[in-house]
Amino acid sequence: MKAVSHLAESRAPSGTFDVMRLREDFPILQLKVHGKPLVYLDNGATSQKPQAVIDALNRYYSLENSNIHRGVHCLSEQATTAYEAARGKIREFINAGLDKEIIFVRGTTEAINLVAQCYGRSFLKAGDEIIVSAMEHHSNIVPWQILCEQTGAKLRVIPINHDGELVMEEFRRLLNDRTKFVSITHVSNALGTIVPVKEIVALSHERGVPVMLDGAQAVPHLRVDVQDLGCDFYAFSGHKLFGPTGVGVLYGRAELLEKMPPYQGGGDMISLVTFEKTHYNVLPYKFEAGTPHIAGGIGLGTAIDYLLTLNWHQLAAHEHKLLSYATDALSSIDGLRIIGTAKEKAGVVSFVLDHVHAHDVGTILDQEGVAVRAGHHCAMPVMQRFGVPATTRASFAFYNTIEEIDVLVRAIHRVRKVFG
Amino acid sequence: MSDLDELYQEVILDHNKSPRNYRVMSDANRKAEGYNPLCGDHVTVYLHLEDGVIRDASFQGSGCAISKASASMMTAELKGKSEAAAHQLFENVHKMLTGDGDGENGDEKVGKLKILSGVCKFPARVKCASLAWHTVNAALQGENKQATTE
Repeated sequence: MKAVSHLAESRAPSGTFDVMRLREDFPILQLKVHGKPLVYLDNGATSQKPQAVIDALNRYYSLENSNIHRGVHCLSEQATTAYEAARGKIREFINAGLDKEIIFVRGTTEAINLVAQCYGRSFLKAGDEIIVSAMEHHSNIVPWQILCEQTGAKLRVIPINHDGELVMEEFRRLLNDRTKFVSITHVSNALGTIVPVKEIVALSHERGVPVMLDGAQAVPHLRVDVQDLGCDFYAFSGHKLFGPTGVGVLYGRAELLEKMPPYQGGGDMISLVTFEKTHYNVLPYKFEAGTPHIAGGIGLGTAIDYLLTLNWHQLAAHEHKLLSYATDALSSIDGLRIIGTAKEKAGVVSFVLDHVHAHDVGTILDQEGVAVRAGHHCAMPVMQRFGVPATTRASFAFYNTIEEIDVLVRAIHRVRKVFG
Repeated sequence: MSDLDELYQEVILDHNKSPRNYRVMSDANRKAEGYNPLCGDHVTVYLHLEDGVIRDASFQGSGCAISKASASMMTAELKGKSEAAAHQLFENVHKMLTGDGDGENGDEKVGKLKILSGVCKFPARVKCASLAWHTVNAALQGENKQATTE
């Protein structure tokens, strides 16, 4: 299994990657569960938060709380400045060209729904085709199915091979004159596969087809440069990037965002309201109706500040070491099969154990302090593809250790013992 | 006995390994499917009713050890029971699984199913154990109903 080494061009200072020191930044990692040290391997579901982010939320509510873009008073100006500064940090983090291309949303799900509704309903019609892949999270399937019901457009699906990689020849075959949109995951949440999204964007653009990328599982592991990828839309969630829940990001190219109607109506998204006609606000506010998750946006900015203090070359090397160690260690367990064996993978080992259902695995691991995800990972078509009802998924973050994987392996042996 | 040992008792592991009444019933006159949308577990319950009495009960589906053992023990327990008695058993088992029971006379109320009582210490697993019961409840209400744990 090959390493993820996309994490080039780190702006971070060099230095040694001391994982035990970094773990001290995350207070929850000191917890005990059922009397055992917490081994948190459910980072694909949500990541833990560094003290800096927790402090930022606390500071905001203790010292800065106020509504933004409204008040003439001191606190409102401070809150507005902090919130807009976070937008700037996010733009820089994913190397978008303009601050106004960064739309705050609740999370990846809302970002995809926004694009499906605002772009899709404006520019797609009956007979048009939308391409997704067989390894999408439900949040990158259902919004498009809803759009298809509304417009009469059709959903086409790129198959995956037995390793959990996209079959690119099939993608080339599916792309045709009826294709009007492509929406693909950057990293699979259920399998860990890194998708060759740059190639997908290039092939789609040759035909003038816009591309949306679901980056929820990519941004915690890879340095993402939206301009280098060339995508038209990119979505991710704050809470998987060591920030708060309830806040996420939609990046969209300004040219497309300008052409799209608003997502929701309300305060902040207007410039003038009369009963005869309402004029919408400029980007990005056109898509940000109502009071947003101000603390969340600021907290996400703080998470990015924190991440930029890390050396991403070393972070990537550490995560690669975790992945290959876990892959080797789990493969050597009798009756264990890894689901998702792509050449390019990030931070996920999904597996099934002969004669033991993932829920039973999850419950027994939990008794050993090991937190994993057990189930269909909101990717039921992936489970169907591999003919399993569910998998157990260990998903890593940079703060995980080799010793924690040893605990996982011992806990799996305990599962074996219980089930004889 | 630790919580885990209580959850995965020999009897439960045995029902998981060799589930009783695990078959499609061709002459069923009541049938329902149950889904747990959170985890994707799926069960179909078949009943053959005569004069208000369950003459035969069977199931098929996919799920964890707890859901399979619960369904297996349920079908064994239901045979020969009247509809009213089956409904009362559903209520009693549900109370036991969610920890709402009065803790008294438990053995009389749920019989052998008492062995599933360890589940109430694992809130995340209560729905695994109750799926087959919700499904049989739907089956008793009419043909081809669907049940979910939600």
